[in-house]
Amino acid sequence: MTNQEIIRLVDVSKTFDDTPVLNNINLYIRRNEFVTLLGPSGCGKTTTLRIIGGFEDPTTGKVLFEGQDITDVPPYKRKVNTVFQKYALFPHMNVAENIAFGLNIKKMDKKLIKEKVENMLNLVNLKGFENRSVDSLSGGQQQRVAIARALVNEPDVLLLDEPLGALDLKLRKGMQIELKNIQKKLGITFIYVTHDQEEALTMSDTIVVMNEGVIQQIGTPIDIYNEPKNAFVADFIGESNIIDGVMIEDYMVEFANYRFKCLDSGFDPNEKVDVVVRPEDVKLVPKGQGMIEGRVLSVLFKGVHYEMLVQSNGIKWLVHSTLMEPVDSIVGINILPDDIHIMKKVR
Amino acid sequence: MKKGWIAYPYVVWLIMFIFVPLLLIVFYSVIKTTDQGIVFTLEHFQRFFEPIYIMVLLRSLYLALISTVICLLLGYPLAMILASKDYRHKRVLLLLVVIPMWMNFLLRTYAWLTLLEKNGVINSFISFLGLPKMELLYNQGAVVLGMVYNFLPFMVLPIYSVLIKIDKSIIEAAEDLGANSRVVFRKVIFPLSLPGVVSGITMVYMPAVTTFVISRLLGGGQFTLIGNLIEQQFLYTGEWGFGSALSLIMMILILFSMAIMSKYEKENEGGGLF
Ligand SMILES: Nc1ncnc2c1ncn2[C@@H]1O[C@H](COP(=O)(O)OP(=O)(O)O)[C@@H](O)[C@H]1O
Ligand SMILES: [Mg+2]
Repeated sequence: MTNQEIIRLVDVSKTFDDTPVLNNINLYIRRNEFVTLLGPSGCGKTTTLRIIGGFEDPTTGKVLFEGQDITDVPPYKRKVNTVFQKYALFPHMNVAENIAFGLNIKKMDKKLIKEKVENMLNLVNLKGFENRSVDSLSGGQQQRVAIARALVNEPDVLLLDEPLGALDLKLRKGMQIELKNIQKKLGITFIYVTHDQEEALTMSDTIVVMNEGVIQQIGTPIDIYNEPKNAFVADFIGESNIIDGVMIEDYMVEFANYRFKCLDSGFDPNEKVDVVVRPEDVKLVPKGQGMIEGRVLSVLFKGVHYEMLVQSNGIKWLVHSTLMEPVDSIVGINILPDDIHIMKKVR
Repeated sequence: MKKGWIAYPYVVWLIMFIFVPLLLIVFYSVIKTTDQGIVFTLEHFQRFFEPIYIMVLLRSLYLALISTVICLLLGYPLAMILASKDYRHKRVLLLLVVIPMWMNFLLRTYAWLTLLEKNGVINSFISFLGLPKMELLYNQGAVVLGMVYNFLPFMVLPIYSVLIKIDKSIIEAAEDLGANSRVVFRKVIFPLSLPGVVSGITMVYMPAVTTFVISRLLGGGQFTLIGNLIEQQFLYTGEWGFGSALSLIMMILILFSMAIMSKYEKENEGGGLF
């Protein structure tokens, strides 16, 4: 991966009829990077993508492409191609004609077009589908035609808006791997939109977590999972226990009526904070051996682990463990300093 | 189908008001009454092939064609304006297209009479400006104008209804792949709107070929169209045989062109107004 920057959003904001949708988005994307915009539905992911594609003008701010301001460049002149959320295939054209659309507009040699279309069909595993009508295809196949139609133009950047959203789970997993392989093989920058955190974690080089039109955190999947910057990110990336706490002093936080050692410092004395603990980091130990004690409220078997709710000093802990504790039993709870994430309160 | 009986009233209706009259027309077209009584004859059909009647048919087809082309040229852009999201006053415009259809057909056509007359509104205005009065009525132009005015909504609405169904993201996809607005129109919007165009053409051309009111009022009887000819046979000359033969010829022509159109529509898939 090179570090060459290809796209940059500078102070991009967008309002629709006085409703702010994007708020001061600053973001740069490097060549050959797989970047995912991740956030709940309605947080402005699609709008961000459409601004990069040129289908929406930012209310304020700029879009740079290789350092050039392209804010006012229409979509058909941008070196960016899009895979639309609902594929948007041309219903009056067959598979080959759909894929060849962009090349035909460039008035490329017919033989070359045919060759490229064939290569693309191979790449997306649709060999022999040239003359099929697009509405005779399954969702997964249509989706691959949409990807081929965009990729055949050899764009510098490919924008994908929840491309796997309409597929069933199994197909989705398969396509995730295929897409990632294609991206590696062709060395194209992917900007990928999803609300599925698992998808984002498995596919991305960089994840941009968004909420209500504001970027919450930018980082590698590992960073984002292990070091969420705030309670929203922690909650959105996997399940979490988010508890009100008080920072007693550096490296000491109090919650659940107990003072825990932690690795965080630099807060005001007695500052109120959000404490985030992953369910798998809440360790259950026999009664009497834990830092605090609680009573098991419920147990659910989840395949690999058990999911338990443990009540302790007014807090309901979500616990993932491979060992089961029976309902109503009293257990000890340990949380290691490493597993306690302290977040500044947002309000 | 078990509930076949539901169809009975319709079947009875079809037999009484469509099938029987049709049979009667066929019957009248191939008989004549002579001293020997009723005899079979093809002379009504033969008569049609006299140059004067062929001319009437050709004129009907020609004027209908001109009107249809004008309706298409006016109607397509109008349908596009109506279908575009950004246009603010589209509801008003759509209403303006539809409202004349709520008014009586004769009334609408009479209205043009008062506009185009020798001493009508337009000529009064022209002479007010000090220009010589013009012959606006009783020529082919007036007939075509009447047809275009009356049938334009039938062109606009089917095209409009197809255009609004085109998914916006398909147009964006075309732009995304490098198509400017001209190419988007040529390669995406127009091909996708063809079913609407086809049903628009059908809905304008058919009534335009067979109209007799417009040509009588605005053509002043000087432009006999096939519709007028048929009307004359039944109402004035009493030659039901010839009138029936003409009707049948017309019907066959219409069926023929409908078959061509529907074949074309099927190839393009997607629905028009029907
Ligand atoms: N064209 C539009 N007009 C008005 N509001 C819009 C438009 N597009 C999106 N929005 C609003 O902007 C917000 C963000 O939308 P979107 O970018 O589609 O979110 P996401 O893709 O993250 O689900 C939503 O509240 C949506 O209702
Ligand atoms: Mg979206």
